[in-house]
Parts: sequence; structure tokens; C-alpha cells
Amino acid sequence: MFLSTTEITLALLPVYPLISFLLLISLGERLSWRAASIVSVGAMALSAISSFVVINQLSIVSPILTVYLWNWFELNLAGNASTQINISFYLDGLAAVMISVVTGVGLLIHVFAAAYMKSDENFTRFMAYMNLFIVAMLLLVLADNLVLLYLGWEGVGLCSFLLIGFWYKEKANVLAARKAFIMTRVGDTALAIGLFILFKELGQLNIHNLTETANTIWQVGDEAPYWIALLLLGGAVGKSAQLPLQTWLPDAMAGPTPVSALIHAATMVTAGVYLIARMHGVFLLAPEVMNYVAWLGAITLLLAGVAALAQNDIKRVLAYSTMSQIGYMMLSLGAGAFSAGVFHLMTHAFFKALLFLTAGSIILALHHQKNLFKMGGLLKRLPFETAMFTIGLLCLIALPGSSGFYSKEAIIAQLWSSNTAGPIFWYCAILGAFLTSVYSCRLFFLAFMGEKRFQDEPRSSSSKLLNTSLVALAVLSLAGGVFASTLEVALLDVFPRYHSSLLNEPQWLHSAAIATPFVGIIFSWFYFAKYRHSTSCDAEHSVFQDKPNSVVLFCRRGLGFDQLYDVLFIKPYCYVAKLNRNDIFDQLLMLCAWYVSICHDVFKCSQNGKLRWYAAAIGLAVVLLLLSMGLQHLSLEAS
Amino acid sequence: MNIATDGLIMGLNALQLMFYFAAILAIVASVKVVTGKNTVHALLYLVVSLLAVAVCFYLMGAPFAAGLEVIVYAGAILVLFVFAIMMFGLGQDETLNSPVSRGFTLSNISLWMGPSLIALLLLVELIFAIDNAAIQEKLTANVIHAKQVGILLYGPYLLAVEIASFLLLAGLIAGYHLAKPDGASVANQNETGEPL
Amino acid sequence: MSAIPLSHVLILASILFTIGFAGVIVRKNTLFILMSLEVMLNAVGVAFIGAGSVWQQADGQVMFILVLTLAAAEVAVGLALLIQMQKRFKSLDIDLLSKLKG
Repeated sequence: MFLSTTEITLALLPVYPLISFLLLISLGERLSWRAASIVSVGAMALSAISSFVVINQLSIVSPILTVYLWNWFELNLAGNASTQINISFYLDGLAAVMISVVTGVGLLIHVFAAAYMKSDENFTRFMAYMNLFIVAMLLLVLADNLVLLYLGWEGVGLCSFLLIGFWYKEKANVLAARKAFIMTRVGDTALAIGLFILFKELGQLNIHNLTETANTIWQVGDEAPYWIALLLLGGAVGKSAQLPLQTWLPDAMAGPTPVSALIHAATMVTAGVYLIARMHGVFLLAPEVMNYVAWLGAITLLLAGVAALAQNDIKRVLAYSTMSQIGYMMLSLGAGAFSAGVFHLMTHAFFKALLFLTAGSIILALHHQKNLFKMGGLLKRLPFETAMFTIGLLCLIALPGSSGFYSKEAIIAQLWSSNTAGPIFWYCAILGAFLTSVYSCRLFFLAFMGEKRFQDEPRSSSSKLLNTSLVALAVLSLAGGVFASTLEVALLDVFPRYHSSLLNEPQWLHSAAIATPFVGIIFSWFYFAKYRHSTSCDAEHSVFQDKPNSVVLFCRRGLGFDQLYDVLFIKPYCYVAKLNRNDIFDQLLMLCAWYVSICHDVFKCSQNGKLRWYAAAIGLAVVLLLLSMGLQHLSLEAS
Repeated sequence: MNIATDGLIMGLNALQLMFYFAAILAIVASVKVVTGKNTVHALLYLVVSLLAVAVCFYLMGAPFAAGLEVIVYAGAILVLFVFAIMMFGLGQDETLNSPVSRGFTLSNISLWMGPSLIALLLLVELIFAIDNAAIQEKLTANVIHAKQVGILLYGPYLLAVEIASFLLLAGLIAGYHLAKPDGASVANQNETGEPL
Repeated sequence: MSAIPLSHVLILASILFTIGFAGVIVRKNTLFILMSLEVMLNAVGVAFIGAGSVWQQADGQVMFILVLTLAAAEVAVGLALLIQMQKRFKSLDIDLLSKLKG
């Protein structure tokens, strides 16, 4: 069978990083830094180019591209029917957005990582894992059926574990990786059960066919789509670090910074958003679940915003910020504004990656110093990094003109009159935007303004690779707004047309939404004035002493969720595990061995090596023998 | 002499009486052997027991066996015992029951109460079996002389005799080797046979 | 020669036998064990002679001769072993010979 050039290009998309992964893993230590980075970054570049080519074809030739590679396995249904599970890729507007983000931002992050991790001794392993992650993510977004999607889902979970615990010799890193894996696993289980129910109900796992069948069989508000959507939501919540499975994301910052940028900002945590967007057909049939999605998004938004206000580690602020922004995406999906959510996904990828990578540069320049209270005055000393960081923060705050502005406004605009969301959510979103600007300004003031609170002079990295990738991301963040119209067109065919009656909305909604970031900036200008002033130059000044009171500590620790889960789940489980220390099933099996051992001990007494005992045993045996013979004789006589 | 025909005591003539008397003597002497404390005394009691059994043999019409019992068993084997004890100083006073403790303590049970019980049970069963046996013969008055025994020995039982001689040879060699004093092998001696 | 029932002879034999047996398993001194063994062998001889006398055959006495031979060989070897034991353990307690335990 012959595939056209476009189909071949599409099929080869995940293959380049896969080959790179295999090469790097097998050749390992023998590759020099130059060779390894050429292989890995080159593979990414090839993928990026292919994805742009394919997307181009998408707009020209047809709105949907599929390529069938081979049949994976067959599932048998009752009554001689069977459904095929194939390895095939399906490219429509949504997938196009995702692959462009994954490969484009991924390429830039790989370039940064090649320079950032240059001095690490396990460089090849790192780049191999990064490429493997890209393979899994591409499989996830290009999957035609849910089983292949699940494969990619598990793959990104695995790579997340490998990469968070990359510096595995530190115990804390391994624990963080384990925590991430276990929490996402809880979500994965929910997703798997959802898949099982879907298959049982519809007999289909091909996404396209599934949506059609679902719409014919089920009505809006039926019970089956309710449960399925709820379970899919469970899966999405785990991967995207939303309530209630959000506690792993701040700890995942233990990994190297490019990992945080790629996985925990731009791509893996957006897999949940992608899942819900992809399965919108099922979700639209269960409006209550969409309401739940919106609620989860809104609460996570506020929770993460509050937590970000109390952090003292620069990467953790960004982690909570990611959690909050994904809450925005969830909120928009719950409100039915699918394309706005996906657009925000794209712009968020740009500016969050920029923020994380710049934070990485700063940390490196300050000799691996992550504590905000020990930074300061970087405005003068690291101007380039400051500029990049500022651009990222501007987009985060959604100041007009940046890409973040367009995407966030698009979300907020559709909240008020949505069927499954409403005014409450609008207020939550506005409050969230306010919190975003407040913690962003706090971060900026603490890190960049004021006098320096660190000892050594920062060494600004002069690596061209590093700086080029940062500049590219900055350009994308600022100019990303131009993609809005392209996206609109692309996603037109994917999502159902959303009609919302805008007539009932108050007039001041729009202007309030635009004004909120400015309000936040002005508020923090005065509230955090003490962080800004140059007069607090004394490093031992009490303002910068990190002496949090209990409220701040509570917020810093993620609003007590870790402790809650510890009490609810971990302690009982550990208690039961301790009770079962000897493993009751093993003990049951050992019962045989114990019995034999007891018998042995009993009979061992008869082997005490003493001659007289042996003779007595012979005598006893003769006595018993005669006894039995006598009894026999008697019974014979009697009968 | 016809003591056998008149003078019945308890329905038994004199020879039968003598048989029972010798039997009781043998039993008592055996008990004294088993429970003795002094080695040489026990040996002498054993000699008495054997002699009593020899009397029983004679009264059962087996004079050759009685003679053999006295000459070989009591006269050679037990004398060997006595010689060995005397020469190698094996005859320390050995007391089974000291310290004598009355009662049912564990050491007592495993020491002599349990074994005695087993032996008693064995005895009871044997007697029971013998009493209920279908054979209720009585010994007859005929004597079996040495000539008959000899004809049998050198006839059907010739092989047994040969094998018995093997056994004795083996016993001889084993006894010699095992009882050798240390350093008495040829290699350790000079020309005159003194140990080096 | 007289009407002694065979059962009485056999009972005598069994009484002597059990006395010897009790001696074997009760006494700790190896010498006494050997002596008790002699008692047992003697008892066996009584049984044989009695049986031979009942059936008026010399086989009983022949068996008795063979038992005698056996006793002689056994005493020779047994006493030699006893001498070795005395040399090594300086005592004749048979419970010392319990290396095969367990």
C-alpha cells in the first residue's frame, strides 16, 4: 500500500525522536556532547519541520489527515463482531495545534537544554529521555484511538518520572518523582476504567467513530456519558495537576529546569486539557460534568494563586502559576469554550517555557541559588535575563498586546453566559487574574529589584544557544496573538460552533476584565513596596528575613493538601502495610513449611544418639507388634 | 534310685521340683546381675545364673548342652569378662540408681521407670502368647545325647559350623586389633619388639 | 524326663529375656549392658533347648551351640570396644557415645 508524501511525513513525525532516543540510549557514554546534542536537537528539528509541513498540507488539501500504519490488535465483542485497534494517526485542527506546540516549543527547549546540561555527566541519558518524552507526547496527540492515546499517556508519565528523578542520587528527587508517578497513576486508573466503560457501551475506541456513535445513542444528560466523562475527568485531573491530584507538581520542580519547562509547563500537564478537548463529544453529553470541570478549574485557579503568593522558591512560584493557568484552561473547557482553552494552552506554552528557562538561567548564574529571598538587584546585573523574564511575566499577567492577553480575554469573555458556567466563574476568573498579577509582581520585585542579597557575583551565561532559544520564545510570547485567527479557523471544524447569547451580559464585563491586571500591578506596587526599595540594602534587614507566620507557611505548603493526603491515605495505608509486615499470604504458604518443621522437631527427639533409647525403641516396637497380633488373634477367635 | 517315682511333693517329683528351684535361682541371679552395683559381684551372679540354667538343661534331657553351658559359657566367656575387667581396670563401681530419688520425677521415668514398664509389657504379652499357644506339649523323659548332636552337626549343619568358625575368626582378629595398646604396631617397634 | 510343660520352659525363657532386656535399656555402664546381653542370649538358648526336647530332636542343641559361638565372638569384640572406650573417654558411660544425634 502506498502512502502519499504527506502521509509519510505525518507517520515519520514521532519516528525521528524515537530513533534519536534509541541511538542515545545504546551509544550512551561514548558520544561526545556535540554528537549527542546534534542527534537529539536534530531529531527535534526534523520533527518540527515535518509538523509544519504537515500542518501546511492540512490547510491546503483537506481539513483532516489520517495515516494508517498497522493493526495493533483486535478486540472481540459479543456476537462475532470485533473492533480493530490500529496504530494510525489522525491530524485535525486540534492535533495540529498540539503538535506545533509540542515540536516547536520542544525544539527550543531542547536547544536550551543542550546548552544548560552541557556540564552534566549524564547528558546523553538526559537528552534521550527528553526525546522519548516527545515521542510519547506525539503519540498521545496524534492518536486515532483511545488505546494509542493511553499508550502515549503512560509514556509521558514514565518520562516524567525518569526526568524528575534524573539526578537520582539525591533521595529527595527520587521521592518527588515517585510522588508524581503515583498521583498521576491514580488519574490513569480512572482513565482506564473510563475507557473500559466506553468500550463496553459503544464497542468502539476509535475517537472519531466514538463521537458519532455517542451522539446517536445517548441523549444529553444520560447516565452513561456522565460516568464516562467523570472518569475521563479523573484522568485529566491527575495529569494536569488540578484539584484533587495537584500536590505533585510543586515537588516535581526537583528535576532540571528544562524538564520543568518542557513537561510541567508546556506539554505533559496540558495532556489533560487535550484529553477533554478531544473527547468533547462525550463531555457535551454530560453537562453536569462540564460544570464540575469548570468548578475544578476555578478552585484550582484560586488555590494555586494563593499558594504562589507565599512561596520563596522561584521555581515553585512558577509551578503554582502553571497550576493556576491550567485551571484557566479547565475553566474554559468546562464553560464550553473549547477553542479559547486550546488557544490559551498554546500561548501558555510559550510564555511559561520562557519563564522557566529564564529562571533556569538565573539559577545557574547565581550558582544554583533558588531562594527568592536571597536574590535581588538582578535588574542591573543580569539585564538580558531580566528582560526575558519581564516579557514572560507580561504575558502571564495578560497585559494588552501580549499573547496571553488575547487568550485569557477569550476565555473570560465566554464565561458569563455559558450554559455550564456562569457569573460566579467570571468573578473567580477575575480574582484569579488579580492574584496572578499580584504574585507575578511580588516575584519580580523580590528577584530583580532592590539591592542584591547574594554573595557571589552572578555569571551571566554567554552561551549563544541559551540566549537564542530564550529570544525565540520571547518573540513567540509577544507575537503569539497573531495566531488567534489561524487557530480560530483551524479549530472551526473540530469543535461545535458555540453560540452564546451575549445580549444578557452587562456592559462593563469586558472593560473590567482588561483593567484587572493593571489593578493588580498598582496594588502590588504599594503592597510590596518594601521589596522594591533600594534603601533596604542590608541583607540582614528584617523584611527579607524569611520568617513566615503560620498562615504564610500554610499557603507555602500548598494549603495543607499534602498533610491532608498524608492523614487520609498515606498513614492508614502505611499502618495496614505495617500490620501485614509478614505478608499474610506468604505466611499461609509458609504454614506448610512450618508444619513440616514442627514435625521434624518432634521426631528429632527420637534421634538423640543414645543407644539405650534406640534399644528401647526396638522393644517398644516389638511390644506394639505383639499387641496388634494378639488383638488380631483374639478377634479371630471371637468371630 | 527311684526318687522320681515316689515322694511326690505338690504333685511333683523331686526332679521337677529341682527344675523349678533352679529356674527361680536363675531368675533371681539375673535380677541381681541387672541391678548390681559392683561389677565383679554382678559377674559372679551371672555365673550363678548360668550354672542354674545348666541344671535346667540337664533336667530337660540335654546333658551335652548343660556341659557346654558350664564349660564354654560360664567357664570361658565369663572368665574372659573377668580377665578383661581385671586387666584393663574397667570395673569401677557404677551405680545406676544413685542418687536414689523416690517418686515420679522426669529423670526417674526416663531412667528406670519407663524402660521397666516396656520390659514388663513385653513380658506380659509374651506370657499371654505362650499361654494361648495351641501347643501344650510336655517335655518327655528321653535324653538327647551328644552323639546325636554330633551327627547332626557334621551332617546337615556342616555349613553352619564352618560359618561359625568364620565368625570366631573375625571376632578374634577384631578383638586383637581393637584391644591393641597405642604404639604397638610393627612400625613403632625396634628389633626386639619394644615400642619406640 | 518329667512332665514339665513346654509353656513353663518358655515362660522361664521369656522372664530371663525381659530381665536382660530391662538391663540393657536401664543400665548406663556399658559393661552391664554387655552382661545383660549375655542374659538375653542365655534365655534364647533355654527356649531352643526346651523346644528341641519337646520334639525329641537334636536341632535345639545345635542351635544352642551356634548361639554360644555367637556370644563368644560378640563378647570378644565387645570387650575390645570397651577397652577402646575406656581409653578415649575415661569412663564407660554409654550416653557419651551420642555423636550420631540429631
